[in-house]
Amino acid sequence: MMRSTSRGNSLWNKVWPLLFWLAVWQLGSVAVGQEILLASPAAVSKALGRLATAGLFWSSIAGSFGRISLGFLLAMVFGGALAAASHRFPLLETLVRPLMTGIKSTPVASFVILALVWIKARNLSVFIAFLMAFPIAYTNLLEGLSAVDSKLLEMAKVFRVGKLRQLLYLYLSQLWPFLVSAASLSLGLSWKSGVAAEVIGLPRDSIGEQLYQAKIFLATDELFAWTLVVILISMAVEKLLLVLLRWAGRRIGGDV
Amino acid sequence: MDILLTDLSKSFGEKTVLSHLSARFPQGECTGVMGPSGRGKTTLFQILLGLTPPDSGKIEGLDGLRCSAVFQEERLLEGLSALENVAFVLPRGFSREIIGEHLLALGLGGSESLPVRELSGGMRRRVSLARAVLSPSDLLLLDEPFQGLDEATRQKAIKYLLDHRAGRTLLLITHNPADCQGLGCQQLLDLGAQ
Repeated sequence: MMRSTSRGNSLWNKVWPLLFWLAVWQLGSVAVGQEILLASPAAVSKALGRLATAGLFWSSIAGSFGRISLGFLLAMVFGGALAAASHRFPLLETLVRPLMTGIKSTPVASFVILALVWIKARNLSVFIAFLMAFPIAYTNLLEGLSAVDSKLLEMAKVFRVGKLRQLLYLYLSQLWPFLVSAASLSLGLSWKSGVAAEVIGLPRDSIGEQLYQAKIFLATDELFAWTLVVILISMAVEKLLLVLLRWAGRRIGGDV
Repeated sequence: MDILLTDLSKSFGEKTVLSHLSARFPQGECTGVMGPSGRGKTTLFQILLGLTPPDSGKIEGLDGLRCSAVFQEERLLEGLSALENVAFVLPRGFSREIIGEHLLALGLGGSESLPVRELSGGMRRRVSLARAVLSPSDLLLLDEPFQGLDEATRQKAIKYLLDHRAGRTLLLITHNPADCQGLGCQQLLDLGAQ
């Protein structure tokens, strides 16, 4: 009984602030009185319904999802590889440290403008999503590698445990929480900056292009609707990824 | 082949823990290593396992020897069960029944499937003992293997070691002379007398 009550409360605690802010939004829209300046929740819902019936809506989502996910995954892979190399060679870690600080501190807009000079517009969001997630993946995984228990590594050396088994049971099992944390921290950032890059690069079949079109035609309701789509997709992808990673984490360190 | 230490020294900063130590550990025999805390028992253990290099001196007879050990700390994988911790150091496909029998002989029947983080200190000690004994090896290095065991369990662990020693060279670090006696150590190395 206690559990169900507490779960009920927890659900209500998620819903009521949402309702509150929806009401504030509605009141704000009524007060402004011009949908072009502040579209109402009802108008945004209607626009969303209208957009969802068009093929372009889904192809734009698929395009953005593909590009941003690719950038994010590349960041995880290369961030992990560089973290492993830095862990192995401390000199490399010293060399890379200012680079990571630089990437983290540089405004996304600077990267977007610079990158437009270097790479094709359709690949811009891949690069920007990569760049936002890369230092987070690197830093978290490097920290994770430092946290691997050296006494367990010694034990594995004494007992001549194979490299693959060491990787699975000593490294991956200890690294996993750091990977989950890196994914959680960087996925939302990749989505935000990836879509921003699309608005500038305007690749075909992208949410960024649709946002830009909505802005040009002063379709505020559609602008809000696309923004809502970005928020919902980002949240859904993050939840799904974390569920997958946690499931995989439970499998790692299972049967020897 | 006997293991021969000649003039072995090791310091950590200003602190000398082993000074010109020479000793012989006869093949297939049990040697007890005793001495007060801080006199280099565990350092000697680390050197023999190849985990710490000596500052000077020579070790002969270790090349090609397979070692297994009970460390001062258990060094177990906390999320794995007792059975899985032992299997971790054994060749893939090693019989789970045999591991189970060894754990049973050490009084761990019924606990073999629990994550080791849920086991008591004494139980964890026995898991690390089974791991060392089951691992294919020529030299068994045991650093206080009976620490935290009550008398009855200690006797059981000694009997288990005697039953499964299989002619291996055994090096026992202990503070308790009765452990050396129980395991039938033929010689003692007293690091306190260094």
